[in-house]
Amino acid sequence: MITESLVLSAILFVIGTFGVLVRRNAIIMFLCIELQLNAVNLSLVAFSRMWGIEGQLFVFFVMTVAAAEAAVGLAIIISIFRHYETVNVDSFNLLKW
Amino acid sequence: MSILFYVFAGLAIGGAVGVVMAKSPVGSLLFMVTTLAAMAGTFVLLEAHFLAAIQIIVYAGAIMVLFLFVIMLLNLGHDYQKDLRGGAFAVLSFGVIGGIAGLLARQLGATGSLSGPGAGAIDAAIAEHGALGAIAEPLYTTYVVPFEITGILLLVAIVGALVLAKREV
Amino acid sequence: MYAFLTALAQGGGDAAASEAGHFEPFLPGLVVLLPLLGFVINGILALKHGRDSAAAVRAGGELTFGDRKPATHTLPTWVGPGVMGLAFLITLVNFTRMLGAHLEEPVVVHYWTWIATGTFTVDAALQLDQLSMIMMMVVTGVGFLIHVFSVGYMKEDPGYPRYFAYLNLFVFFMLVLVMGSSYALMFVGWEGVGLCSYLLIGYWFSDREKSDAGKKAFIVNRIGDAGFLIAMFMVFANFGSLDYVPVFHDAEGLAYAGGLVTAITLFFFVGAIGKSAQIPLFVWLPDAMAGPTPVSALIHAATMVTAGVYLVARSSVLFALAPLTSAVVAGIGALTALFAATIALKQNDIKKVLAYSTVSQLGYMFLGVGVGAYAAGVFHLMTHAFFKALLFMGSGAVIHAMHEAYHSTHSHEDAQDMRNMGGLRAHMPITWATMWIATLAIAGIWPFAGFFSKDEIIWQTAAFGGAAGAPYTALYTVYWVMALAAAMLTAFYMTRMMVLTFHGANRTGAEESRHLHEAPVVMWLPLAVLAVLSVFGGWINVPEALRASLLGGAGALPMTEWLHHWLEPLTAQAHHIQEEHLGELAHAAPFGGGEVMWAVISTVAAAIVVAVAIRFVGGRKVVAVAEDTTELTGLSKVLYNKYYIDEFYDRVVVRPIVQGSRFCWKVIDSLIIDGVVNAVGWIAKAFGWGISMFQTGSVNTYAFILTVGVLVILGASLF
Repeated sequence: MITESLVLSAILFVIGTFGVLVRRNAIIMFLCIELQLNAVNLSLVAFSRMWGIEGQLFVFFVMTVAAAEAAVGLAIIISIFRHYETVNVDSFNLLKW
Repeated sequence: MSILFYVFAGLAIGGAVGVVMAKSPVGSLLFMVTTLAAMAGTFVLLEAHFLAAIQIIVYAGAIMVLFLFVIMLLNLGHDYQKDLRGGAFAVLSFGVIGGIAGLLARQLGATGSLSGPGAGAIDAAIAEHGALGAIAEPLYTTYVVPFEITGILLLVAIVGALVLAKREV
Repeated sequence: MYAFLTALAQGGGDAAASEAGHFEPFLPGLVVLLPLLGFVINGILALKHGRDSAAAVRAGGELTFGDRKPATHTLPTWVGPGVMGLAFLITLVNFTRMLGAHLEEPVVVHYWTWIATGTFTVDAALQLDQLSMIMMMVVTGVGFLIHVFSVGYMKEDPGYPRYFAYLNLFVFFMLVLVMGSSYALMFVGWEGVGLCSYLLIGYWFSDREKSDAGKKAFIVNRIGDAGFLIAMFMVFANFGSLDYVPVFHDAEGLAYAGGLVTAITLFFFVGAIGKSAQIPLFVWLPDAMAGPTPVSALIHAATMVTAGVYLVARSSVLFALAPLTSAVVAGIGALTALFAATIALKQNDIKKVLAYSTVSQLGYMFLGVGVGAYAAGVFHLMTHAFFKALLFMGSGAVIHAMHEAYHSTHSHEDAQDMRNMGGLRAHMPITWATMWIATLAIAGIWPFAGFFSKDEIIWQTAAFGGAAGAPYTALYTVYWVMALAAAMLTAFYMTRMMVLTFHGANRTGAEESRHLHEAPVVMWLPLAVLAVLSVFGGWINVPEALRASLLGGAGALPMTEWLHHWLEPLTAQAHHIQEEHLGELAHAAPFGGGEVMWAVISTVAAAIVVAVAIRFVGGRKVVAVAEDTTELTGLSKVLYNKYYIDEFYDRVVVRPIVQGSRFCWKVIDSLIIDGVVNAVGWIAKAFGWGISMFQTGSVNTYAFILTVGVLVILGASLF
């Protein structure tokens, strides 16, 4: 059970990474990051079956932080959208040499 | 048990692929919700009942709705075509993540069977305090400080989000 | 410094005479310090004088202060000659003490250790022995007279205090040169006098030609100095010390005519060639006449140029061990003597005649020390100092008068050209008389000073060449003939100079000649003193064979060959080596005849040449420069243009060096070295630009790199 969970977690994580790399929409990139976080949550829960309740507690905190981060991140994206009229990350290139 | 796990796993993976490949942002979002629900099911199978509930309530119920609000606010979704990168870069990224997956698999394969004392302890705690109590008891005693700090973190996040997103008056 | 001053005070002994064999030096350090003190005082006065003069000019006044001279002008008059006079008196006391002491070993007065690094030690110490004492007497004595003369000559010069400052500094360095106890100290003095020579030649620095002459002197000197340095390095490498006493003591152990001692002495001689203006490095001396005439008298006649001769005389042991070098020394000396004499025949500038004469006489001195007659070389050094300084100062008096004459009519004629002179006897009788005495002395007429010294050298050349075991006998015969020929030429061109300047009709111009007058007392008194010395100065070293010729015959002269005996303790080592390897010296000249016979022949021949020259030159029609339209042709032209040697050097040495320098500058420095440095900078910039390409500003790229990084770390930690 644990092994299968870990495999699932790895697959989800990798898919999430792929999404971050391949999507242009900033919000969807963010969503894929949330997917990665979820994958990690799964592996943490799987490990809690091995080592104790602390794993689940950690997941609890991860979820909390993910919520906070999602709120702030989306606020930033909104504020950027106000300036650029788009959320296509390719247009955010002010730091280009 | 196993069958259920594989059903949930399949749903999760399918949803994940949908998140990445969907052309419409709302579509991505809905696939995400699917994945989250499947994950919650997996959590139940792993005897993490409280977390499963929280997953649905907080993640699927709040965070995803937040995303949806933002998508609606920004009126996205009209330029489907240009959202997905293609070509060489996609292949390259696929290679990279394949590499990561391969490494993880190898590591996992190298390790023997996984088992530990955790399962027994969790079951005992659930039997004693109930599913909620098993989490609440360490949370409010041993780990109360991180818990409180998390509260402050949430406060900061709220204030930050408000400040960042408001219009100039 | 404090230790030095107490040591100085202790260095002086009491005024009582020393016992025989024990010489108590009397304040030797003071002899060296007094001129330095003069330099400091005059230097400070010069700085103040300069500032005041500049302020006066800015206020619209004149540079010269007329009759009312400020303190910065009158003080050096007393300080300059004053310190010299005091130094001379102290030297005299030391000399008197040494006379009674019969010194065998040199006395080294140690003051402090200057350099002490591992094996190399140089002490600030003065060596007092017979040779340095003679040199001190000449330097301080003649120097004092020239300082007094300068008071009159440079009276109207705007840079008066600066002049005396430099002159005092020069004497200081010259004394360090002759009194130093090691080659290192000699080199300090050597370089110092070179510096002062530059400062004084280019004294009127606002004139480009004059400052160039100063530069030329210094640069040509430096070429010789390279040789001196190499010789010093070799001495140190082989003897472990640069002090005279240990080096000459250990020199006995060197192989006779070995490669080492020949190399050392050759390099020392290269230094001497530069400093003492021998072929091929004599070209700076005629140009050095651009400086004030007393400078020419002091530096380029009496003292600095004799430093090379002093060097060879001091290193007599080393030169005696190297017959090849001695032959080279003698050869270059003889050749220079003849060569310069031929050039002097055709010069029109009075100072140039004297300059080439100096080069020629220096050749004689080197001939003397080259044939092992060290005492004779030093003797000629001494007598030459007397009559050459006299000649230069006399010409200075003449030029002074001519300047005033031309100044009165605002004429721009050359005051130094002999074609503008003539008949000055009537106007300047004292100068005329003293200069004739000097001319007779330099021509080698008996019984004047030059006769004994020059004759001694010529005779020693013959004796040396005919010695039992002498190397290169035929060569020395040639030298002897050259020396004789040069002596005749000397008589001729000096007489020519005198006739053109003082005899015949006056060519200065009717109006100007009214302003010609004798020099003031402060200028002709030193001339008179030197004239007396030129007459009697040679009597201190009369050879035994000629004793009967002086003071009524039959040995009325109290001493013979005094200088030879006086320097015996120092030259004994060299003579010993010479006797060992050469056997006995010859008693007859190459073409037969003994010492007396050739002395008589040379003096009579010189007298005849003088008479012939008076008739010949006096009989020719000479025209003043302004009306002189004759073009020189043939041999006259070559001699007048000094065999075109300056042009030759320019083409062969100077221009290639300048081109080489230009190449080094434009190609090696600007192109290559700067190019490499710039290239390094350019590479850094290019590298930075290349790396900046990483900063695409695209979130996507950053995410990708991040992921690749994760992969790498994962791979590294899992493998």
